[in-house]
Amino acid sequence: MQGILTIYRKEMEDHFSSMRFLLIAALIVMVGVIIASMVGMAMQEELRGVAKPTFVFLMLFTSTGKLFSFVQFIGLLGPLIGIILGFDAINRERSGRTLSKLVSQPIYRDAIINAKFMAGVTMIAIVMASLVLIISGLGISLIGVVPGIEEVWRLAIYLVISIMYISFWLGAAILFSVVFRSTATSALASLAVWIGLSFFVGLGGSFLADAIAPIKQTADMAEATSSFVKNAEIQRVASLFSPMTLYGDATSTILDPLRKTPRAFVLMGPLERFSLTRFQNPLPLGQSVVIVAPFLISLVAITLLCFGICYAVFMRQEIRST
Amino acid sequence: MEREIIIRMEELTKLYGQQKAVDGLSLTIAEGEVFGFLGPNGAGKTTTMLMLLGLTEPTSGTVRVCGFDPARDPLKVKEVIGYLPENVGFYEDMDARQNLRYIARLNDIPDRVSAVRIDRLLEEVDLAKEAEKKVGSYSKGMRQRLGIAEVLIKEPRVAFLDEPTIGLDPDGTNKMLELIKSLSRERRMTIFFSSHLLDQVQQISDRIGIMIKGKLVAAGPLAELAQRGLGLEEGESYTLEEIYMKYFKEA
Repeated sequence: MQGILTIYRKEMEDHFSSMRFLLIAALIVMVGVIIASMVGMAMQEELRGVAKPTFVFLMLFTSTGKLFSFVQFIGLLGPLIGIILGFDAINRERSGRTLSKLVSQPIYRDAIINAKFMAGVTMIAIVMASLVLIISGLGISLIGVVPGIEEVWRLAIYLVISIMYISFWLGAAILFSVVFRSTATSALASLAVWIGLSFFVGLGGSFLADAIAPIKQTADMAEATSSFVKNAEIQRVASLFSPMTLYGDATSTILDPLRKTPRAFVLMGPLERFSLTRFQNPLPLGQSVVIVAPFLISLVAITLLCFGICYAVFMRQEIRST
Repeated sequence: MEREIIIRMEELTKLYGQQKAVDGLSLTIAEGEVFGFLGPNGAGKTTTMLMLLGLTEPTSGTVRVCGFDPARDPLKVKEVIGYLPENVGFYEDMDARQNLRYIARLNDIPDRVSAVRIDRLLEEVDLAKEAEKKVGSYSKGMRQRLGIAEVLIKEPRVAFLDEPTIGLDPDGTNKMLELIKSLSRERRMTIFFSSHLLDQVQQISDRIGIMIKGKLVAAGPLAELAQRGLGLEEGESYTLEEIYMKYFKEA
């Protein structure tokens, strides 16, 4: 236990004094604040003289301004924080020849990985929490609405999901830092996986769907519809392999209780319009959490998977100083 | 007086694929002994040390260090041993004191105890004047001495030193050898060190082991090796080099 705390403390010191972490954190905070203030100012215009809609405060985070919303931005670039915190966690010690010294001290080897992961998660939590707080403060002064209890809860849950999402990338980056000896390789590998899982899984999914269940262009409406639905379902399943999709789905349910942003693959048909009129009240918090839980569990599961591989590789690895 | 056996290796073998890095090594080392492990590069000296430390698992054979099996009880072993890897690394942006304190904390030594020890050790390894400098600016000799200090901070029973004098200038080498000698004399510490430099091993070791291609071809006090290897009588002059070359050619 002492070992974990000692390494944790040192890692925290390292992170706080590391230039590249400060740069990426400053960049993310800056862009995040710019997006939110643009959205805030647009809302200020729109809401002038109109009754405030429910959950107006959450719209600060979910409405897309000129480019994309804050939530989308974090989904897109948040992983960079995790990758930058983790990609050289182990192989930096290896190339600095300090690893063999470290593992010959009376500490368990997993303590090294755990402490580095915990320090990274703490940094992520600090960045994300301060970001959400800054935007909230900005929002209060811009749109003049104080968040209600439920909105605060939803934001807190959003914060937890975001921290877990970025922590997954931290875990993946640490895994690469164990597997690859060179820091450059592990950085590039993390970036490649990030780009692959975030941008190309959707593309691959539609390829896969077209290959397995092509959309049939027939006169028979029922057949055409069912082939279309099947195609879309496969695409959907494939997209779940992307942590970004998991994150996007989870956060949109939490932060968008009115479900304004359509997530369905089919364009809004009469049935869906009907359901919207029937359920025009926001989804209660408890129900939102229930919907989000599977996404959260998936995120935790893939993070644990990374860790499992990390342990398996690192525990039995022979560590030479040369 | 029979001294306590502190390291015991029996038929220790390590395979890397098909290649035998260490082949049937059996050796015991008594408490307080300085054991010089001699052999050309790639003879398996470092691999042997890693197995003694529990940093790699032997393919077969048994190891006991202070009565513990390093493969099954690595923490128990690591509590009582100190290891100086070849070309030891440090956290370059910390100074000597911070590096030492980090190691002390990892060994669960409270800061107020380690503060006293650190000051004393820095005196001992002649780094007191440079203690506030970042380790990144240290010369090779200073780094090696700081490495020794890191080994000593936990006050181990056995010190494993892998090529402690490699890359040092003659003055640095002498300082290092003096330091190692004083450790065994003043602290009665068991020292297991490896080197491929003959005269150094000769200067400070109680016993010498010669390892060639994974096999321990000879082990014992220098005089005994001379008698056995070269067939010399007592009192005749010899150098370790002669003995070493003899064994080397045989292997």
